[in-house]
Parts: sequence; structure tokens; C-alpha cells
Amino acid sequence: MSFSLAAGECIAVKGPSGAGKTLLLRAIADLDPNQGLVSLEGRDRSTIPAPEWRRLVGYVPAEPGWWAETVGEHFGEWAAAAAVLTNLGFPEETKSWPISRLSTGERLRLALVRALIIRPKVLLLDEPTAALDAASVAAVEAVIASRIRGGLAVLWVTHDAGQARRIARRQLAVEAGRVREEVGQ
Amino acid sequence: MTSYIALSYWDLALASVLVLIDAGLSIIFGLKIHRSLLVAAIRMAAQLTLVGLVLTALFSLVSPLWTGVAVLVMILFAGQEVMQRQDRRLSGWWSFGLGTGCMMMSSVLVTAFALLTAIRPSPWYDPRYAIPLLGMILGNCMTGIALGLNTLTTSLMLRRASVEAQLMLGATRWDAAAPVTRDALRSALMPTINSMSATGLVSLPGMMTGQILSGVPPVEAVKYQILVMFLIAGGTGFGAVAAVLGGVYRLTDARHRLRLDRLAALQAT
Repeated sequence: MSFSLAAGECIAVKGPSGAGKTLLLRAIADLDPNQGLVSLEGRDRSTIPAPEWRRLVGYVPAEPGWWAETVGEHFGEWAAAAAVLTNLGFPEETKSWPISRLSTGERLRLALVRALIIRPKVLLLDEPTAALDAASVAAVEAVIASRIRGGLAVLWVTHDAGQARRIARRQLAVEAGRVREEVGQ
Repeated sequence: MTSYIALSYWDLALASVLVLIDAGLSIIFGLKIHRSLLVAAIRMAAQLTLVGLVLTALFSLVSPLWTGVAVLVMILFAGQEVMQRQDRRLSGWWSFGLGTGCMMMSSVLVTAFALLTAIRPSPWYDPRYAIPLLGMILGNCMTGIALGLNTLTTSLMLRRASVEAQLMLGATRWDAAAPVTRDALRSALMPTINSMSATGLVSLPGMMTGQILSGVPPVEAVKYQILVMFLIAGGTGFGAVAAVLGGVYRLTDARHRLRLDRLAALQAT
């Protein structure tokens, strides 16, 4: 099984729970021992130090982790984050919010922004809109779509067939640990 | 100096009545600990008698070889103890090797430092000084390393998402594990700090009390105790830093991944 993702392209990844979608994304981000060849713009992943690789290929998990007490401490430059956060409906005081009070939906959107401001070339998204209301889903899709127009490549895991059609032209199906491309929708 | 009062076996037999009274209390209140209490008391007496004989032999030999063997045996027992105090052990040889190696490195280094600079017995490896000194440093180092490693492994498991979140954003394994590493080192050093601050007010250290009982002037005994406390702080610090960093090294890999699969499976207790 092999696939490629072009700059400015988004591929939707579908499949039943437990099929291995998260494992696929984690393997591409090199977070678990894995086999196979992964390359970015002709550079083999093994020639790129892992921290640098993960800044080029960002991964936003379905349950993002937090290591400090307030939101602001998780962002290198707050100014860069604030611009994107406004688009997603967060006020300026978000910076001092304690992580423990955030809702699941807020955590997902903040984790997305945290990954975006590093300016990766590829973004791996694991159900980034799973716990969001319709308006927030639209806002997240719009933010990512504008990044895709700017050349970002996205692998987007989603359970929502409608969303898959909105965001991507190509679709990958993951079933029982196997990946295949679905042609024609 | 040699004004200590020797004890006879009758004195000990009389004191052992106190343990029998404890056992009696256990029977009266139905605590069901009289058996383990007696076994522990007998073990204690037998082990210490044996150690007394071994030390007598070692002290009369003053041989570098046999002193070294005794030191090695002590370190191996301490290594076993560190391993048994882990909720989740490292897999394979690391579970015994890491703690034991770090204890050996730091306790031998610090003991040698004290023997060669402050105490300077002749010969420097004289077991009458080397063995008790190493024993005190090793015992504290063991507690520190066991706590440090246990905190490291349990917090890496509990805070896996937060460590991986940093890795995902391009942090190195050392940066991503830094909050957990700090917690592990703090818990390793806390008992040493606590015992230093309580010493003299709450507790009189055993070594100092022993010297006073054997006729050493209190001011001299106190000097020895202060030296030993500094050695313990140093030995525990070096050992814990080496063990915790070694643990982080083992539980991550060269591709900066968190490798909790390198913890042994939970054993049924």
C-alpha cells in the first residue's frame, strides 16, 4: 500500500473505529516504531532528525495533551496564535484560561492552532471537529481550507461523509489495518 | 574514648521480652501479626549476628579484595531492593541494571571521596571505615533511586499525552520529558532534604547516637554526622540524576519517541 499527497491537497481518511486510522497518522508522524518509507519533497524521513520532521509534518490527535496550566504557556508566540484564534471565535483573554476548564471542543481547536502556528508543510488531523457545533465546524473547515490554498497538505481523518466530500477530492479507506484509495465519489 | 558499656546476652534476652509483649498484644486484640512479628524479630537478630561475624572477619583481614566483595554484595542487595520497589519495572536487564549501576557509581565515588579526603584511614580501604560509610550512603541512595525511578515511570504513563503533545510539536525527548524528569528528581531528593532539616530537632541520627553511646564527645560525633549527611546528599543526588536520566533515555528512543512498550507488563501481586 502506498500513497502520495501533493502540496495544497487534502485527502480524507475514513474507516471504522479501531481500523488503524490513528495508527496510520502516528506512524507518519513517527511517534511509534513503524516500517515502510516516508518522504517529504524527495527527502527520506530517516535522514531528517525526528523533532524537525514533526515540525514539518504536524499531527493533531483526537485527544490533545497539555503540559502547563494555562492556555498561553502552550504557544510559543502568542501574537501568531491570537490571529488564528480570533477566526475560531476565541477572545484575547483565552491566553490566561486554565486548561482544566476547557471543553473538549475548545481543546481540539486550541490544539489545531498550536500545530498551525509552527507552519508545517503537512498536517495530520485526527477528527478535529468531532466535538464541535455546526458553526465551529464551519469555522475550522474555513481556517484549514485557507491554509490548504496556501500550499498546506492535509490528511484528515473524519467519520462524516459530508465533511469528507466538502474538504477533499481524494479519499482513503482504512479497514483492518489496510489502506486503499477510494476512486470516484 | 573506650568508655562504652558492653552488653551481655542476658541483657538482650531481657529486652526481647518487649517483643513478646507486642506479640501478646497482637493475640489479645486479634491483630494476627504476632507470627510475622516474631519471625521479623528472629530474622533481625540472626541477620545482625551474621553481619557482626562477617564484619569481625573483614576488619581483622583488612584485605582490599574481601572488602570489595562485601561492597559488591551490599550493592547487589540494594539493586534487588530498588527493583522490588517499582510499580512498573523496565523490561529486561534494565530493571536491575540501571538502579544497581547508578548506585554503584555514586556510592563508591562518594565513599572513596570521603575516605581519601576527610577521614583518611590507613590503608584508605580499611573496612572498619569503608563498610559502614558505604552502607549509610548506599541505603539513602537506594531510597532516592527507587523513588525517583518509580515516579518517572508512573508519571510517564499517567502524563503520556502531555509528553507526546510536546514531541508532536517538535520538542526533543529531553525537553518533552523535562516536567516529568523534574518531578522524579524532586521526589528522589525529598527524603534527604527532609531528614537533613529534621535532624537534631526531631531525630537524633543513629550513627551519632551510636558514637555518643560508645564514649565519643558529642561535638566530635556531630562533626561525623554532618560529614555523613553531606555525603548522603551528594551520593543520592548523583545516583538519582544518573538513574532518572538513564530511565528517560531507555523509555524514549533515538527518533524521539516515547517508548512505554519498554516497561515490563504489570505482574500479578
